Amino acid sequence: MAFDDTTRAARAPRLSMRTRRALWVWAFLALPVLFYGVIRFYPTLDAFRLSLTNWNLMSPPKFIGLQNYREMFASPDFWQVFRNTFAYLVIGTPISLVLSFTVAYFLDRIRFGHAFLRALYFLPYITTASAMAWVWRWFYQPAPTGVINSVLGALGIGGMEFLRSTTWALPSIMVTAIWAGLGFQVIIFMAGLRSIPQTYYEAARIDGVGDWAILRKITLPLLKPTTVFLVVFSSIGFLRIFDQVYNMTTNDPGGPLGTTKPLVLMIYQTAFNSYQMGAAAAQTVVLFTILLLISLLQLWILRTR
Amino acid sequence: MKSSLIRAGLLAGVAMFGANAAAADVEIEYWQYIYETRVNAMDQLIEKFEEQNPGITVKQVTFPYADYQTRVIAANMAGKGPDVLQLFYGWTDNFVNGGVLQPLPKDAFPDEMIETEFFPIVGAMKRGDDYYGLPTAVRSLALFYNKALFEKAGIENPPATLDELVETAKALTETDAGGNYTTVGMTVEMGGQDHQWWREVLVRQFGGAPYSDDYSEVTYDDAAGIAATKWYTELTTEHKVGATGFMDEGQAAFRAGRAGMTIDGTFRLGSFSTIEDFEWGVAELPANADGLRSNYASYFANGLGAGAEGEELEAAEKFLTYLTSPEAMQLWLEVVGELPARPEAALTEANLADPVYGPFLAGLEYAHTTTFFDEQAQRQVTMDMANRVFLQGQSVEDSVAEAAADEQAILDRFQ
Repeated sequence: MAFDDTTRAARAPRLSMRTRRALWVWAFLALPVLFYGVIRFYPTLDAFRLSLTNWNLMSPPKFIGLQNYREMFASPDFWQVFRNTFAYLVIGTPISLVLSFTVAYFLDRIRFGHAFLRALYFLPYITTASAMAWVWRWFYQPAPTGVINSVLGALGIGGMEFLRSTTWALPSIMVTAIWAGLGFQVIIFMAGLRSIPQTYYEAARIDGVGDWAILRKITLPLLKPTTVFLVVFSSIGFLRIFDQVYNMTTNDPGGPLGTTKPLVLMIYQTAFNSYQMGAAAAQTVVLFTILLLISLLQLWILRTR
Repeated sequence: MKSSLIRAGLLAGVAMFGANAAAADVEIEYWQYIYETRVNAMDQLIEKFEEQNPGITVKQVTFPYADYQTRVIAANMAGKGPDVLQLFYGWTDNFVNGGVLQPLPKDAFPDEMIETEFFPIVGAMKRGDDYYGLPTAVRSLALFYNKALFEKAGIENPPATLDELVETAKALTETDAGGNYTTVGMTVEMGGQDHQWWREVLVRQFGGAPYSDDYSEVTYDDAAGIAATKWYTELTTEHKVGATGFMDEGQAAFRAGRAGMTIDGTFRLGSFSTIEDFEWGVAELPANADGLRSNYASYFANGLGAGAEGEELEAAEKFLTYLTSPEAMQLWLEVVGELPARPEAALTEANLADPVYGPFLAGLEYAHTTTFFDEQAQRQVTMDMANRVFLQGQSVEDSVAEAAADEQAILDRFQ
């Protein structure tokens, strides 16, 4: 055996150039793969296992089958949160897309102040979400502190209970989220608009096609890849909404009465306030499934193009 | 004569050397969360302790409050937990069941000593026959009032009873033409300390009890609980002396001089002491019509980490003894503003006569300490109970019943 070892050491492996290059490539590729494996994929898979257990971080996880799921689906709180999450998605995504497209469409046509306006739209996107949420939180305060209510009061209109209303709190928070993401969407839409060859427009003009028809027949169809990307991107963003909600309702996270609580905040509270890791993992699995379905939907839509 | 002196000197030297050698280089870790005055006070205590106990070094490790529990639990799982740690009394169940703490040794901390020398609220640290920690300082609630607003309204004294509180609050409240509050007479904020006030004080003052004796069963779903909740929610719905969310939160409204009265704890003293625009005072929580008073007391205790053993455990015991000594308590009071956990150190004439500490200390004598199983979830239940009445117009009876059922479900998870 010893003899074998020494000979092997003496005879250095002679690899072809190609193999050596492949080894190098894989050595570099292995790092992110390993990193993602350990940081992303393993925990994701482990969440499935944990969702079948009762674990409070301290005693070892106990296998309880599907009980976490049964309890979750039987809980009215979960369904309220589920509805909230979809309200963010279903209302937030279309509004933000229409707004950002409109802004991008008109911004694309002006020269004067173009860069300045674009920067103004983009500014919220690069501002810390929590800082912005706090500013808005103060805007929404009742008089005398809240700007909006003070103005309403000065105009003789009664105050509006933005964040203290079970009806209006969610839309109020959504407005800030839409505003925060608007800049990014505007920039992407503008890039999409610029990538449409001018020749199409010239040809259409020569044929005497009106603005509205150009928009419907040329601009929107050719913008489809951009739009699909933004729909998916913004859907995922609204499904994962957390910062705005948490920072605007810290006194009663996700309140009042749970009417603004999204799934991610519920997962956070279940895991790190109540230490019910198993139940939190089950909620995570639900969120993961929704996100996966939406991403698959995106692939499918892109393929049929 | 001379030689005996020399011999004595040598002996002393040898003895000292020996003592140093025996206790050489024991380092223990003390953990607490980051709060400036607490960290400062602990630095000073460690310095004094190390002077008195050469050979023992104490290393203070701190974490942000939001991470603290998770850090302790994670470190414990990895076998790298602290030797002495600070914990909220409400976490005791979690920490004992999770094997984070070891019971206090009976020789250094006999039950009899604990039960005679500390305020009875330390009973919340007992599980079975063992105590799992002792506090340096305790906190209680009191009524803060804005003296400038009182003067403006022509009121001399803070309210002594619940009825007086309503009348005083009415006199202090100011609204603009549109009916918006510009000054609230009394802050109404279940998310602040009001949930403790409601639970341990109001429910009792209306003739009930919030929980069974071991806090495993909700008992406020009765006439007393309903009456207490009705009285509380009527501050907003009937008397219109304040509303949740005014100025974002109660303590912010008080700081801004836009709240006549607010209920808060000793821990707020540091923050309110920087108020410069007006003078404020502190009064005992108002009694009910029969003169019955109650209060809610809580504390952070210091416990021994499960991993400490041998020399380190010995040093940890010594350090814990020091942390719970009257001397340490006095320093903690001066630096942090929290009340000493020993009546002997707390109820001194100077402290009782103090216009700020006095009312808090008076409250300690009849205070209750809720055993929480999941504090944030239980607090949420109480907040939602009030919000259903405020925002959805649910009847107080139904809301209390719903809250009782929700909270019982939380408690049942731990039985």
